[in-house]
Amino acid sequence: MVPLVILHFILKRLAALILTLLAASFLVFAVTEFAPGDVARKTLGPYALQDQVDILYRRLHLNDPLPVRYVRWLGVLLGVIEDPLQDPTLKLDFTDPRGKRYFGNFGYSTLYKLPVNDVIWDRLGNTALLAGLAFALIVPLSLIAGILAGMREGSRLDRTISVFGIVCTSVPEFASGVFFTAIFVVGLGWLPGTSPLNHNAGWSIAAQLVLPVIVLVLYDSGYVARMVRSSMVDVMNRPFIRTAILKGLSRREVILRHAVRNAMIAPFTVILLQINFLISGVVVTEMVFAYPGFGRMLLEASLFGDIALIEAATLIALIIAVSTQLLSDVGYMLLNPQIRL
Amino acid sequence: MVDLRATDPIATEARDESSALALLRRLPQSRVGMIGILLILSWVVLALLAPWVGLPSPNAQDYAAIPRPQPSAVHWLGVDQLGRDELSRLIWGARTVLTVAPIAVIAAYIAGCTLGLLAGYYGGWTDAVISRFSDVILSFPVIVLYVILIANIGPSRFNIVVAVVLASGPGIARIVRGLVLELKEQDFVAAAQLRRETSAYIMIVELLPNCRGPLITDFCLRLGYTTITIGILGFLGLGLPPPDPDWGGMVQQGTAMITVWPHMALLPCLAIVSLVLGFNLLADGLRELFLND
Repeated sequence: MVPLVILHFILKRLAALILTLLAASFLVFAVTEFAPGDVARKTLGPYALQDQVDILYRRLHLNDPLPVRYVRWLGVLLGVIEDPLQDPTLKLDFTDPRGKRYFGNFGYSTLYKLPVNDVIWDRLGNTALLAGLAFALIVPLSLIAGILAGMREGSRLDRTISVFGIVCTSVPEFASGVFFTAIFVVGLGWLPGTSPLNHNAGWSIAAQLVLPVIVLVLYDSGYVARMVRSSMVDVMNRPFIRTAILKGLSRREVILRHAVRNAMIAPFTVILLQINFLISGVVVTEMVFAYPGFGRMLLEASLFGDIALIEAATLIALIIAVSTQLLSDVGYMLLNPQIRL
Repeated sequence: MVDLRATDPIATEARDESSALALLRRLPQSRVGMIGILLILSWVVLALLAPWVGLPSPNAQDYAAIPRPQPSAVHWLGVDQLGRDELSRLIWGARTVLTVAPIAVIAAYIAGCTLGLLAGYYGGWTDAVISRFSDVILSFPVIVLYVILIANIGPSRFNIVVAVVLASGPGIARIVRGLVLELKEQDFVAAAQLRRETSAYIMIVELLPNCRGPLITDFCLRLGYTTITIGILGFLGLGLPPPDPDWGGMVQQGTAMITVWPHMALLPCLAIVSLVLGFNLLADGLRELFLND
């Protein structure tokens, strides 16, 4: 019975995910209309003659109305039609080893002059490494800090942790990046100031990862710890905790056996929602440390106006964000049987 | 929770004034809130005084200072890589951020409150359309949305305001909608409906003032986020076009020199952090005061 309800819920949310993706990708498509230049000019580069650009413009049917071009892009993505840029008669020499027509064809990146699928996955892997390491530290740190602060509301420990949390969330990633670079790179010379993830720099990959991870952890832990704290405070004020204390359990036992388990339900959602927050932070952190990841690629693509790459990055970011949201909702339902969304 | 006094519009207004004043008067009870407001006010005062305290122009270049850009008797906080006075640029930069951020957040609030009130009060199709639109915007990682928007529509004060409205409006709408859903079941709304008040009147005079508690805290937090966002955009090279001073842009240019002259990047970072900290501490102080209500 219960799994059926959850299954129904998941299916409904997946349908909503697809609608969200369609709406968001159309939105991005529409926004890029404001930028100067078009796919033809960007494909051929700034030195191409206007005549050549005009010919490509016509061959790609770029004067079609926006919805028509959007549907065509969608057709390429779903593998219904061939990618027009790969047409050999255009003599662009754009070839995708995966073929001209396949499901998940994000098209050709006009910035890198490569198929988007050749560009995007390595970057995403690098970002996953960075975000994964940060996440693995954020969760335990913020849980411990939040529980310690929330178990005695208003205590000195609570106030210290809370104010420290506010300070952490007030230092954006680029600022803490600058502070740490000034101390550990310029001042002490212990760590490298950039993290290109290659071996040439003379620094190990591990050393290159230290600063980006710390920057992400500090900013996000402050926020999650405050969520855990308020949830913990809430639980500590409930009647069943008073009962547990009155029945003679030690404070330690009350907190570990009763409070923490109940206080975890709300932050569980918050922690998974951090993925979205983390993606935002990662974009900035990657810029600070010249890290070859997804966020920096998105920024470069946006500045260049590489619509195929922007769309691919947006869709992937959205899929990650929405599916973690779904995961958090399902987890919430499983943890707390009272809730049926 | 049930607030019957709000039935009478005159009483509502009177109470609003008194409670807003009372809130300000009680702010000194919160040490955190006081530190916050002091940080904010000191930047506001500096920004207001900027033209009258004899600072060099923020864009004037002192070529003689470039070889020795550190803090000195002439340039108290040193100069940047082009010989422009750091102190002057910081203070003039404060003018930018302290006008753009509040205007952007207020505009986002006008849009968000309108949408939230409509969605919560009317429900049905209005709610469905507004909520689905909000869902789409809110599922974007915030910075991704900002980068795509600003990179395409171009960086300017006006466009930053537009981007903040589009990115924050839906979040505000969602909060207001939730509050309205709860409030509209209460007696004072039914009483207003019986008096045949117009829907606009009920939404603006009866419902909106009763949402203010959570919204005031959220407003302060959003000012902080927006300050960070403007900083990030500047840092990513999507800030206000040069030469006018913009804290984020100053950090970006300063990081290029960080191995030689760290003060060029550190100073604007400290400025951003102190202002954001001010907003966040104030928000925390206000939240505490509301909890004690």
